[in-house]
Amino acid sequence: MAAPFSWIRPEPHGVHVVPADAWIDPSKAVDRALVTHGHADHARGGHGQTVATPETLAIMELRYNTRDGATPVEYGETIRLKGGVDATYIPAGHVLGSAQILLEHAGERVVITGDYKRRADPTCPPFQVTPCDIFITEATFGLPLFTHPPIEEEMAKLLSRLEAYPERCVLVGAYALGKAQRVIAELRAAGHTRPIYLHGAMEKMCRLYENFGVDLGELRLVADHDKDDMRGAIVVSPPSALNDRWSRRLPDPITAMASGWMRVRQRARQRNVELPLVISDHADWNELTRTIQEVDPHETWITHGREEALLRWHQLHQRRARALAMVGYEDEDD
Amino acid sequence: MEEFAALIDALIYTRSRNEKLRLIAEYLQTTPDPDRGWAMAALTDGLDFKAVKSSTIRNLLKERVDPVLWSLSRDFVGDTAETASFLWPEPMGEVAPPPTVSKAVDALGAMTRTSVVGELPRLLDRMDSQGRYALFKLATGGMRVGVSSRLAKVAFAQAFDVVVDDVEEYWHALEPPYAQLFAWAADGEDPPDTANLPLFKPFMLAHPLEETVVDLADYAAEWKWDGIRVQLVHVAGETRLYSRSGDDISATFPELVDALEIPAVLDGELLVRGDAQGGEKGGAASFNALQQRLGRKTVSKKMLTESPAFVRLYDVLSLDGEDLRGLEWEKRRKRLEALLPRLPDSHFDLSELVEARDFDHLAQIREGTRDDAIEGLMLKRRDSLYVPGRKTGLWYKWKRDPLLVDAVLMYAQRGSGKRSSFYSDYTFGCWDGDPDEGAELLPVGKAYSGFTDAELKKLDKIVRQNTLNRFGPVREVERTLVFEVAFDSVHSSKRHKSGLAMRFPRIHRIRWDKPVHEADRLEALRALIRD
Repeated sequence: MAAPFSWIRPEPHGVHVVPADAWIDPSKAVDRALVTHGHADHARGGHGQTVATPETLAIMELRYNTRDGATPVEYGETIRLKGGVDATYIPAGHVLGSAQILLEHAGERVVITGDYKRRADPTCPPFQVTPCDIFITEATFGLPLFTHPPIEEEMAKLLSRLEAYPERCVLVGAYALGKAQRVIAELRAAGHTRPIYLHGAMEKMCRLYENFGVDLGELRLVADHDKDDMRGAIVVSPPSALNDRWSRRLPDPITAMASGWMRVRQRARQRNVELPLVISDHADWNELTRTIQEVDPHETWITHGREEALLRWHQLHQRRARALAMVGYEDEDD
Repeated sequence: MEEFAALIDALIYTRSRNEKLRLIAEYLQTTPDPDRGWAMAALTDGLDFKAVKSSTIRNLLKERVDPVLWSLSRDFVGDTAETASFLWPEPMGEVAPPPTVSKAVDALGAMTRTSVVGELPRLLDRMDSQGRYALFKLATGGMRVGVSSRLAKVAFAQAFDVVVDDVEEYWHALEPPYAQLFAWAADGEDPPDTANLPLFKPFMLAHPLEETVVDLADYAAEWKWDGIRVQLVHVAGETRLYSRSGDDISATFPELVDALEIPAVLDGELLVRGDAQGGEKGGAASFNALQQRLGRKTVSKKMLTESPAFVRLYDVLSLDGEDLRGLEWEKRRKRLEALLPRLPDSHFDLSELVEARDFDHLAQIREGTRDDAIEGLMLKRRDSLYVPGRKTGLWYKWKRDPLLVDAVLMYAQRGSGKRSSFYSDYTFGCWDGDPDEGAELLPVGKAYSGFTDAELKKLDKIVRQNTLNRFGPVREVERTLVFEVAFDSVHSSKRHKSGLAMRFPRIHRIRWDKPVHEADRLEALRALIRD
């Protein structure tokens, strides 16, 4: 009999599921890829077969033009892979379509989270705690200083700044996949019914969310409007456009950014952000440690992020853990 | 305290100078005394609490959170106060409301090194994370909110519609919380009497020359000496020595305080006697030698005899009770030259003018100089009055071109401030022989400036993806990248394995194209040593 868990092997370019000859979120093209969600550091084109949720497949088709070999799996559905490996896709609460993947083989259970959070998000179903032997987690915000405030507080900050400057607009930099749609949906939930203006690069992804039933209210394109139309309005753009020439067409914008990194003052200053909004689609420190306690695995593997601190936490709580030092997973804008 | 904490954060996130001025002015107009005075002191680095140091905060935190998690967090944030404000455990149960700024200042001032351990936590428990951050910054000095002490004074002048140069003038006569200054500016009372006090007068400063070309008929040239700019003030029998920032450094250089007995305010370069350089009358040592004497509160006899200090005079601001700042530079220069015989030549000489036929000739002279005590040239408009700060077109500094060396990135550490959480402090090395014959790299210096934000992001990524080893916060990086490093000079040093130390090294260019074995060897650097 093979040694325990020898069928699952972390490599620098992804987690290799050996008997199935499949890779989880590989950063290079492979024959068979199991993809957790549509962000570029986890999903890419060129694989022979791509197994993912229908939402993630639609996102990948839009962003990376991948169509061949798409194998959809619904949340809660289990598919049988080669070599007697079962894969089940479970909501991760990160962005539309994001999933944890439960792998079962020879009586052993491994969960790979991809990226995840534990907060409610109007654009995707919540993370489900799934018992397992090995829990492979991210640690993007794996330092105790990262505690994301309730999103209602950040929305209130944004809306009160908007009210205070009716002649200007607030330009919110937000990751084009996930963060932008969540911010818009949360603004709607907070009672903001005015049209929201979009940078052109955001439009298709917002439409895709709407096609999957996420209501984003009235959206308009910045390119179709004059400066004066946008006074007193919220404009959403990718973070890269915040300090770009593009923003000159806006009425004296107040620069905001929605990101977990905004917790650190100098991070906001580095980006010339005047209104930092601490909003993240990743688990903060308390969510990470609570999740590990709830999942209660035999061992935790950490794919990427601030792994040293999370390793230390395991040591302090007499839990087993190792860092995988994966390359290429880092979400600077989240 | 909440209003002050909110002001601090608003300033951190505000880019526009006018908006910063507006924020500070509004705070000063709406906040009562003495809170607003203490806030001004905090913004101008005028506060110092002996019992509260960065290490005090660190120790309090390490008793409350795991030391390893503390260090990792501190390393990521790059700022002890901010990290502590995040990690401070929220108190259980009811706590008193936050104190006012002046109550907080009183409490901090009353703390001793023993009592701080019990009293500071009680104060912190009354505040939220934003308030704790402001309190730590207030307690340890250095607000780092992108507001210079000058900008705070401009905001003060705007808030009460007074002249900023008057504010500067009175400022140095008063102590925090500056009750008299507010009474004068806000309530129209008499200004403080400054005539008989040995006060610091704000320095006149220069812009870099860059591409500008000036006509020597309008501008005089003099050497820019490589010491520290000082102001020596003698009024009513008292003498004070001030550094460029207005700090009183009299105790560090007692021989200079004793040497001036004429009522005068003198502007010059403080240098240390040495034989390394010629200079005109009596030589000056390199900056390296001067550094041994800086930052000391007391000076040994040995130091005074081995490295005596003197001032090479540039200007005279006041003489025998007469304010000369309203005169043109040419006239002040004549007064300075006439004054020189009245001063002891053991401690004073004159910074000679550099005569040149025209600008091109001056450029040649600048190129030709190899004297280490010379940093470059100064160009001063002959009709310039002595005005505080940097006024465009009056004075220029024209620094010597830096020396350059190609070195290999070896270690990296996270930065602080603007570069917080990025690997932005780089240690680089040169080969101790022929790299193809198995020579090794030895570290020769450390730099954390000279690159763009986009380059910093790229470098940070390279460090994270090419880490060989971790030593606490330091990462050893695979030898793959060459920096062209610029530096002002290089000196021998027993503290480093390479046997040398660079002065003011910074990244000049990143040589993405250059193979590491083509980086410079130590012998190239050694050839440039001047001690």
